[in-house]
Amino acid sequence: MTSAGAAAVRTDSAERAPRWSALPTWIRYTIVVAALLALWQAYISLAHVSPLLVASPFAVAAALWKDVLNGQLPTATWNTLRSLLIGVAIGAAIGFILASFAVFSVVGRDVLAVLTSILNPLPAIAILPLAMIWFGLNARSIVFVVALATIWPVAINIDIGFRTVSATLQMVARNLGLRGARFVWGVLLPAAMPYTITGLKTAWAFGWRTVVAAELVFGAAGSSGGLGWYISNARYYLNTADIFAGLVVISLLGIALDALFGLLERATIVKWGMTRAK
Amino acid sequence: MDPLVVGTDVHISYGGFNAVRNANFTVRRGEKFILIGPSGCGKTTLLKAIGGFQKVTSGRITIAGASVGEPGPDRAIVFQDFEQLFPWRTVRDNVVYALRVARKTPKAEALERARAMLSLVGIEPAADKYPHQLSGGMKQRAAIARALALEPAILLMDEPFGALDAITRSQLQLELNDIWRKTGVTIVMVTHSIQEAIYLGHNVAVMTSVPASILETVDTSDVDDVGSPAFGEFSRHLRSLLVAPQPSGELVAT
Repeated sequence: MTSAGAAAVRTDSAERAPRWSALPTWIRYTIVVAALLALWQAYISLAHVSPLLVASPFAVAAALWKDVLNGQLPTATWNTLRSLLIGVAIGAAIGFILASFAVFSVVGRDVLAVLTSILNPLPAIAILPLAMIWFGLNARSIVFVVALATIWPVAINIDIGFRTVSATLQMVARNLGLRGARFVWGVLLPAAMPYTITGLKTAWAFGWRTVVAAELVFGAAGSSGGLGWYISNARYYLNTADIFAGLVVISLLGIALDALFGLLERATIVKWGMTRAK
Repeated sequence: MDPLVVGTDVHISYGGFNAVRNANFTVRRGEKFILIGPSGCGKTTLLKAIGGFQKVTSGRITIAGASVGEPGPDRAIVFQDFEQLFPWRTVRDNVVYALRVARKTPKAEALERARAMLSLVGIEPAADKYPHQLSGGMKQRAAIARALALEPAILLMDEPFGALDAITRSQLQLELNDIWRKTGVTIVMVTHSIQEAIYLGHNVAVMTSVPASILETVDTSDVDDVGSPAFGEFSRHLRSLLVAPQPSGELVAT
């Protein structure tokens, strides 16, 4: 009987499902996403919610498919990303220049300190009404507020990064005769890379929120054509599935940007062994 | 007996603190000159003054007759800190970059010189590694290679082996002697190891505690056999100089 018992145990363990933690990450994540979608669909089917209030996953997928094919979503996505890219690029450049002046002169440091403390607590979106008066109802207003949202996180982080470059590395740089712009570009900036990336990540997050919010405001006036405008427009026609489709695109883009930063980190600070302890 | 670096009545103070007082010394061209003293006695300050990183309050330091100016690649410096290589550049690129910016060396020539220097310090196989992938000893070798590539008139070394384990340290001392024989570069080195000072140095300047001045310069050029009676004799002499004058100083004697 012992051999039969052992056989039974063996069969039992072979039939048992693989342990959750033993599954590859992407499978685990897919299962979680599928479960959430199933819950969502179950809620729609069982609670008989009005499709005007909550769209079903299938309706959202259909809306996504339709507006991707007819070009509405790609155009809106491109418009939003363009405003975001230009805004973040301008903001990051100004932030970098402010931090560079701050590292070389007391005046620069004071200017940065005062500007940061006045403007950093101000949500950039609150400047939008002013921007609309100055630049009109167009993408320039949006770029302006996005830039404003990104200057401070970039400037503050690069400034901290510059200040924490080791005294030894700075002496090595002086020993090699590096001064001024070449010192900043050749030594300070790469040495401060962990902080710069943190600053850029925060800048993207701020900029991303700001650009969508600004487009939502513009939706009322209806001339921008970004994702915020797409959502606002869908609301105007009570097209709930389209609103959800817009939100899905925004979320997916956020995930994609995070992945891009992951790649940037692996190509720089991870490769250089400069990642700070988490 | 050609004097290269001459310090005359050097005083250095900063922030109301007298770091160096009345130091007089002469480093001859092509010799290995050692500054030894207890921790915090101002020997590093003096080395930085030769490098141009520290202003002299009064007195004068001259190099080949001219007063010390801004830091420059003619006085290449190697630090104790392992993190003195640019972490975003490979070992080879650290040397090449130094040559490109400090000596305006053309790229092909810089690459060739980097290869030669890395081979001289014995880390050519690790040329394409990033600094964080190297051991402490290899990082210091790379830093020495980068400094030597610049063809400095003087190689300044601030306790370059101070943070290494004893075995690696002995190995690098041996190699430094070898490198010196091959290049003939003038070396000014700070240490707090008596053994290292006698083994490596031609002349050992003994510094007292703060405010530091040079108590005595001992010629140890004939002694480098660690086991010889002469080595023991010098060791005892240096120890008596370093230990005796300070009743309660913080003393480091290896």
